[in-house]
Amino acid sequence: MTTHTPLLLAVEDLTVSFDGFKAIEGLNFYVDTGELRVVIGPNGAGKTTLLDLICGKTKPTEGSIKFRDTELTRLREHQIVWKGVGRKFQTPSVYEGLTVYENLEVSYPEGKTVFGALLFKNTPKVDRKIRETAEAIFLTDMLERPASELSHGQKQWLEIGMLLIQDPELLLLDEPVAGMSVRERELTADLLNRITEGRSVIVIEHDMNFVKQIARKVTVMHQGKVLAEGDMETVQSDPRVIEVYLGH
Amino acid sequence: MDYSMQDLMAITAMQGFAGLSFFSVLLLMALGLAIIFGQMRVINMAHGEFMVLGAYTTYMVSTLASGLGPWATEYYILLAIPLAFLSAFLFGMLIEVLMIRHLYHRPLDTLLATWGLALVMQQGFRSIFGAREVSPSTPSWLEGSWRPTPMIDIPINGMAIMVLTVIVTLGVVWLMYRSRWGLRVRSTMASREMSAAVGINTRWVDRLTFALGCGVAGIAGAAFTMISSTGPTSGTLYIVDTFLVVVFGGAGSISGTVVSAFLIAQGQSILEFFLGSSMAKVTTLLVIIAILMMRPEGLFKSKVRR
Amino acid sequence: MNNALQMLLGKKGLPGLLILAFILLVVFPLTMDVDGLNLTGRFLAFAFVAVGLVLAWGYGGLLSLGQGLFFGIGGYAMAMYLKLEASTPEATAIQTTPGIPDFMDWNQITSLPWFWEPFHSLTFTVLAILTLPALFAAFIGFALFTRRVSGVFFAIITQAIVTIATILVIGQQGYTGGVNGITDLRTLKGWDIHTDQALVVFYFATVVLLFAMIALGMWVLSTKYGRILMATRDQENRIRYSGYSVAYFKIFIFALAGFMSGIGGAMFTLQVGFMSPSIIGIIPSIEFVIFAAVGGRLSLLGAVYGSLLVGYARVTFAEAFPQLWLFLIGAVFIAVVMFAPYGLAGLYNTHVRPRVEAFLVRMGWRPGAPPSDTPRAIDPQAAQEARK
Repeated sequence: MTTHTPLLLAVEDLTVSFDGFKAIEGLNFYVDTGELRVVIGPNGAGKTTLLDLICGKTKPTEGSIKFRDTELTRLREHQIVWKGVGRKFQTPSVYEGLTVYENLEVSYPEGKTVFGALLFKNTPKVDRKIRETAEAIFLTDMLERPASELSHGQKQWLEIGMLLIQDPELLLLDEPVAGMSVRERELTADLLNRITEGRSVIVIEHDMNFVKQIARKVTVMHQGKVLAEGDMETVQSDPRVIEVYLGH
Repeated sequence: MDYSMQDLMAITAMQGFAGLSFFSVLLLMALGLAIIFGQMRVINMAHGEFMVLGAYTTYMVSTLASGLGPWATEYYILLAIPLAFLSAFLFGMLIEVLMIRHLYHRPLDTLLATWGLALVMQQGFRSIFGAREVSPSTPSWLEGSWRPTPMIDIPINGMAIMVLTVIVTLGVVWLMYRSRWGLRVRSTMASREMSAAVGINTRWVDRLTFALGCGVAGIAGAAFTMISSTGPTSGTLYIVDTFLVVVFGGAGSISGTVVSAFLIAQGQSILEFFLGSSMAKVTTLLVIIAILMMRPEGLFKSKVRR
Repeated sequence: MNNALQMLLGKKGLPGLLILAFILLVVFPLTMDVDGLNLTGRFLAFAFVAVGLVLAWGYGGLLSLGQGLFFGIGGYAMAMYLKLEASTPEATAIQTTPGIPDFMDWNQITSLPWFWEPFHSLTFTVLAILTLPALFAAFIGFALFTRRVSGVFFAIITQAIVTIATILVIGQQGYTGGVNGITDLRTLKGWDIHTDQALVVFYFATVVLLFAMIALGMWVLSTKYGRILMATRDQENRIRYSGYSVAYFKIFIFALAGFMSGIGGAMFTLQVGFMSPSIIGIIPSIEFVIFAAVGGRLSLLGAVYGSLLVGYARVTFAEAFPQLWLFLIGAVFIAVVMFAPYGLAGLYNTHVRPRVEAFLVRMGWRPGAPPSDTPRAIDPQAAQEARK
């Protein structure tokens, strides 16, 4: 792989097996700094597992995941977050018992240790950052409401906002528009295009229209391996990809 | 400590057989709990009291039988075991309807509510049967012991309990893994929504699963009367050990439960000879906790995607 | 919102604190004789554990069935000091080995065990009470939480740990006083702990310390740590990806609960004049949970009311109908868990509070406030939603 930009993420020979079943097998996967990569593939291809492995939710059986010069497979989830990797889950997971404001405050990248959190002061700077973020995710009016009162789409936005305020270098988004209305989808596509500026993003998506809206480079996964990689047109005309999606 | 090799062998054998009786009761208790906790993720802190219910049922059958003549005293136990099962099963079903089903989404609260139930049941036993410990008469064919060598002495009742345990274990394995009903239970626990969608009455599956677990505890109670006398609080002696057996065995795995009950009972029984009963218990508990820290998912749980 | 002082003095926390302070510092001392105060003081010593459980269990989701261990460490530390003071060579001259506690002499022990030695010093004893329970809790927490032991597994293991502790204390009677415990405690720095004056002083000291614990708890909950704790309880898997090390957040709250329990244990020993395994075993440990559950698992003040209420109920019932007590406490436990999971505080918030507020508004004592003014964390519905 030849690149003129430095590699941000290098996944090499990655394998994970659950009870003998290899969800990911010998996977190699590279992401450049500032790149937006879409990962597609049929159900069970190992897409979500790949994100789980990068963010430390699952530990690999073998192989390595290098983020800049750091080996992520040896770190715990929160340490990976500290290194600058943010993860959005498939089902929106926000802190339902907390208000929107508190959700963002909890995600703010300061006071992350026990004593740091005890002594954390909500300075005007923090407050400003929270309000800015809330505006970006269209939730200014909802700041003081408990997150449990948000609609499905609003929860997705809040979770994106929680990532945004962390200011990660690498964003992992698992089906960010799942369960959204058409209008919400448009707003989200717009939001994603804005927040992905200046960072690397890996998006898993099923909705091909949405993929076309945002994708520059696409990776197709199948049975735990990379099947094809390239721009949208190349991938779409690849006979193996067509076989996987339409065949059998 | 000076023991000759031969002494050590004999001690191991004797303590091993003593451990086998403990193992049997522990396993019968743990099987019930493995069904309830392993399949339903419900913690039943009153499980020991269900065992005691079975024990008192056995005692009552024995008392009634003694009025019927000597033949009844000899064979009452054959009737008492199914009745012990039945009483615990039915009471378990009642508790499921009144209490457990309202708490399925709150495991910690189930634990607390069933602890309250345990207190109520203990006092119930005390009010009905008195605070003094009781034991049913032992049929003469269960008395005595078998001596293969002069140093080894194996009580017959211990062997009878072993046989009962083997039968019940095989029965539970058949029910859970070979019968259609077991398939329904396992599918319900894997996915409640899907099971309901394919026409399984998940509410009845829950109810019967819980009741079955309680019923097996009732059989444990019947076995318990053969090795020990029964008091209102006899159940509390076993509850911590039983939970550790189930957790240690990897909740839900029947073979894991059998192996872990065996290891814990034998370990404790053999240590008892050298350390005395209280230190043996402390050592066993510490070892289990230490192992659980290294393998929180228990001995026999494979890696699954979460 | 984040300002601790604001939280403490704000209209939400303050009236409740003042009412409780008024009851404990004015009403009880004026209406009760010394025995009554002493009895109340014992219940308040249990309330330290219940307050800790509100933090660890109610807010942190860590149901410990082993809090008796920490209560016991504090209580035994105090008892060891007092016992050594009572075991002067002169007072124990009739023993085979004078100058050691009587139960050691009965168990043919001829010299003071090494771990008893430092308890000659009151400074060491106080330090031990303040640090050992927290350290033990932190150690247990570290061992379990970093291995991701949680929920019912945590509850069972804490119960097993307290079982181990009780067996050890009972089994090693030469070193611990065994099943009888450490009894016959007499003086604290020469001051007779059984006099009325001493008992009144201990009562007030207990109340003051308890309020310090409640204030500490309120402060912790008011910080960002408090919100992370609740978020952890409700969505443990998510909080890791906000960059928090869940294990350490749990260890802290569990150690804090242990710290509080230890102080309660020490105050208990001072007020009853003995310490025994019957106060730290499986059953007392789960009774602490009952106190917190009755008062309301999310209410620090409720924990105090719960401890007092269950305590008085036990004394009253156990005297009149001893056989009914277990029925009653068992039934109360079932009923609270099933029908009022947020305890008295929850019932107050849903049924009484709206009326009180309406009354205050009607009387013109308070400007009309929106009904959503109730603190979210104590609102049963919202909390229950959040738990799903």
